[in-house]
Amino acid sequence: MKVAIVVFPGSNCDRDISWAIKNICGKKPDYIWHKEKNFTNYDLIILPGGFSYGDYLRCGAIGSHSPIMKEIKKRSQNGTKIIGICNGFQILTESKMLPGSLLQNENLKFICKKIYLKVKNNNTFVSKKYKLNEIINVPIAHMEGRYYCSKETLKELENNNQIIFQYCNDNGNVKNNYNPNGSIMNIAGIVNLKGNVLGMMPHPERCSEELLGGENGIKFFRSIFESIN
Amino acid sequence: MDKLNNLKELLNIHNLNNLEYKKITEILKREPNLLELGIYSVMWSEHCSYKSSKKWLKQLPSKSKIVICGPGENAGIIDIGDNDSIVFKIESHNHPSYLEPFQGAATGVGGILRDIFTMGARPIAILDSLRFGDIKQKKQKYLLSGVVSGISNYGNCMGIPTVGGECYFNEDYNKNILVNAMAVGVAKKNKLFFSKAAGINNPIIYVGAKTGKDGIHGATMASAEFDDNSKQKKPTVQVGDPFTEKLVMEACLELMQTNMIVAIQDMGAAGLTCSSFEMAAKGNCGIELNINKIPLREKNMSPYEIMLSESQERMLIILKKGCEKKAKKIFDKWDLDMSVIGKITNSKKMIIKKDNSVIADIPIALTEKNTPEYKRPWVKPKKVKKIKKFVFPKKNKVKEVIFELLKSPNLTSKKWIWEQYDHMVMCDTIKPPSYGAAIVRVHGTKKSLAMTTDCNSNYCKYDPFIGTIHAVSEARRNIISTGAVPLAITNNLNFGNPEDKNIMGQFVMSVKGIINSCKKYSLPVISGNVSLYNETNKIGISPTPVIGMIGLIKNTNSRNKKSLIKENDKIYLIGKKTNNISCSSFLERIILKNNKNLGPPPPINYNEEIKNGNFVLNLFKNNLIKYCNDVSSGGTIISLLKMLINKQFGVEIKESFTNNTNNNQIFYQILFGENAGNYIVIINNEEKVKELAKKNKVSLFKIGIMKRNYLNINNQIIKLNELKNNFENNFFNYINN
Repeated sequence: MKVAIVVFPGSNCDRDISWAIKNICGKKPDYIWHKEKNFTNYDLIILPGGFSYGDYLRCGAIGSHSPIMKEIKKRSQNGTKIIGICNGFQILTESKMLPGSLLQNENLKFICKKIYLKVKNNNTFVSKKYKLNEIINVPIAHMEGRYYCSKETLKELENNNQIIFQYCNDNGNVKNNYNPNGSIMNIAGIVNLKGNVLGMMPHPERCSEELLGGENGIKFFRSIFESIN
Repeated sequence: MDKLNNLKELLNIHNLNNLEYKKITEILKREPNLLELGIYSVMWSEHCSYKSSKKWLKQLPSKSKIVICGPGENAGIIDIGDNDSIVFKIESHNHPSYLEPFQGAATGVGGILRDIFTMGARPIAILDSLRFGDIKQKKQKYLLSGVVSGISNYGNCMGIPTVGGECYFNEDYNKNILVNAMAVGVAKKNKLFFSKAAGINNPIIYVGAKTGKDGIHGATMASAEFDDNSKQKKPTVQVGDPFTEKLVMEACLELMQTNMIVAIQDMGAAGLTCSSFEMAAKGNCGIELNINKIPLREKNMSPYEIMLSESQERMLIILKKGCEKKAKKIFDKWDLDMSVIGKITNSKKMIIKKDNSVIADIPIALTEKNTPEYKRPWVKPKKVKKIKKFVFPKKNKVKEVIFELLKSPNLTSKKWIWEQYDHMVMCDTIKPPSYGAAIVRVHGTKKSLAMTTDCNSNYCKYDPFIGTIHAVSEARRNIISTGAVPLAITNNLNFGNPEDKNIMGQFVMSVKGIINSCKKYSLPVISGNVSLYNETNKIGISPTPVIGMIGLIKNTNSRNKKSLIKENDKIYLIGKKTNNISCSSFLERIILKNNKNLGPPPPINYNEEIKNGNFVLNLFKNNLIKYCNDVSSGGTIISLLKMLINKQFGVEIKESFTNNTNNNQIFYQILFGENAGNYIVIINNEEKVKELAKKNKVSLFKIGIMKRNYLNINNQIIKLNELKNNFENNFFNYINN
């Protein structure tokens, strides 16, 4: 299994994901600098959280034009698995690898806290180890995480089972009250139609160790490893 | 060189007095030009020279076996074993944050982070100690929102967790808010960097953001009191760019892995002037700068503006000669400007050139030696009167009392603040913001650090000496409550105008309080900052000596595998039952309300503090503690609630804990009184703890037993949900109304 983490100049969750993966599967992923255009084949490429280029414009807008992104787009079309977490998700929507976009949180503030997610589809490379409708406790940390898309797109997402994670309460109730940022339909994570590109705002790497107060993220990474091997 | 016109006005603008001007002409053996005058004004500003406080700061205990570097460098460094060292410091950005809360606070965070990575350490945590005026005022809400967004914006983008701090409201801060930021970093002991220049002809390189016209005279602004026209000083506030700082940090840390750096210093207060001057002064050498080589953000900047600009995110590095190209490669990778702007000389002078002619020529050692040091007159603050008559509420009002206390913005949950900070990034935050000290793991090791900031503003207001000892003692209890051994402190001394002998008296007594307590606790002061002139229209703030403290947990894994709380678990008080109400939150909130005098703070008892603290650490060592918190503002009940609010457990308080009393006074004193040196603990093994307490002659009292979902005092039952809602929503309500 070969995993790479893309490092943008303002990435700041690159080390965190590497740490989580190393702890879970024992092998450290490679880092690739965002200016690279040629690199070896990977089974999985991760776009980590952070502030790729400071994100003074729309988050991820400049990141999506980084030299590396052309190649990543190409590889995703050839089936390489790609995940974008937080800023990575924003880069994926900005580069149109995933539909919709991420707006500023409804309360216009940065929100860092643990929330509950419902696993809406456990038939994907990131969720197969979870039970369907399993409720997991995962942290979020973002200013622009309000997922938004057109009605047509939303319908497609629903019809094609592309919504993977939804915000909910500890009983699994998916209601607006339990929506931390105002995302449409409480969407926290989606995949593309082909099912090999995932974007999500919550941070599974921050809850993959008992000492940090939770292990609900471990199944996320185990799902990926199992899908690849 | 140009002659100065309107000397009087110029000196006024530059905040220099006639005596200081005379000194300058003696040092230069001529009159200074405008650029030189500007340089002296910032070098000799209170902010850079510590001219009022130096005499006293020298007396702080700053040495111990673990201290690698004490005050005087960018930050202090302590040794935590295995070639790991901890770099930390606290710094204020009070004046700018009042003028422009977002940028003021943001650049405060930026500045303290640079101080940390300049020494070769990767920052791992930020803490903030904040003071605002009356939370009900619109202006204060605006300031609070701005400051919190500013901190959040900068720290989050840098990817460094903001894990703790405190925030306190009191009308004494209506016109002068306080924003103190502390940062903690980790470095390998054999890879530390300092600012002492060396090596004749070694190149001086400038790295990072370009120089603009922002923050000119920021240091001078921060060294004067405010008046009604202070708004006009807004342009002296710098503008932060956390993304550039992230690049500068990564590039510098990368460069530090090589052997190319001789010395490094960030450009903070007084920008290029102060950084270059200090580096040369420390190395006892000269420095030559070419103003034409400074990367500029805008056209037509005068040398005066260039030298005094406080544009952020800039570093000054002295390289080994011949390393320029290799270093540039690293900065190119991070898309940063790097320019060779001068060299080290043996002239012992600071020479600034423009188009090959000398535009400033200042003897470094002489200037350094002649930096003003004032023996400001001071008088001991008067003792406040004890308040003799209290009317206590009836015992059956205890529920109302608790809810009233939870309404205090100082006691209620600050979730509204810390949920805006990314407190988890870096995946090492073991105890996030909530109550007491935070715990952050030293990445990839078994060690973790407990960290906290503390200062009970009321205690310091009514007795600066005792109040400051309380600040040190409480910080120490916060650290011990996590199971960590306290190691060292940093301090941020926030006061009014030192030219007023009463305020100077507060300052002196406060410093004496630090000296006194740090000696008793064997804690070195390894870094710090002084912020004076926190005053508007002649009204100063209450003395606010903020103490930042770090402690070490050697073996995180075993220490933190706590078993969960179970129904009927025992909870105990370590220390004597409280009887002091003077200066307490209970007195302020419940009894006196609008009274101006809250009476003196509780007395200090070092023996109790040390004995009880050692006992708690001993219990931790023997795995006898599930959870621990110290008793501080609001007394035992508030400390209990803070610890339990998120754990779905309350306590059934035994009637024997309140001595089965029918006396209202005794009842409230025990539950809400504030004495020093107390802890509350949820324990594993009652018999063992009792036995150890007896052996160590420690006072131990059973408070009660853990009960799921409710608190029971004196047969009055309060549901935990109700408490939680109050505790967590009160602050939101203040902001939104």
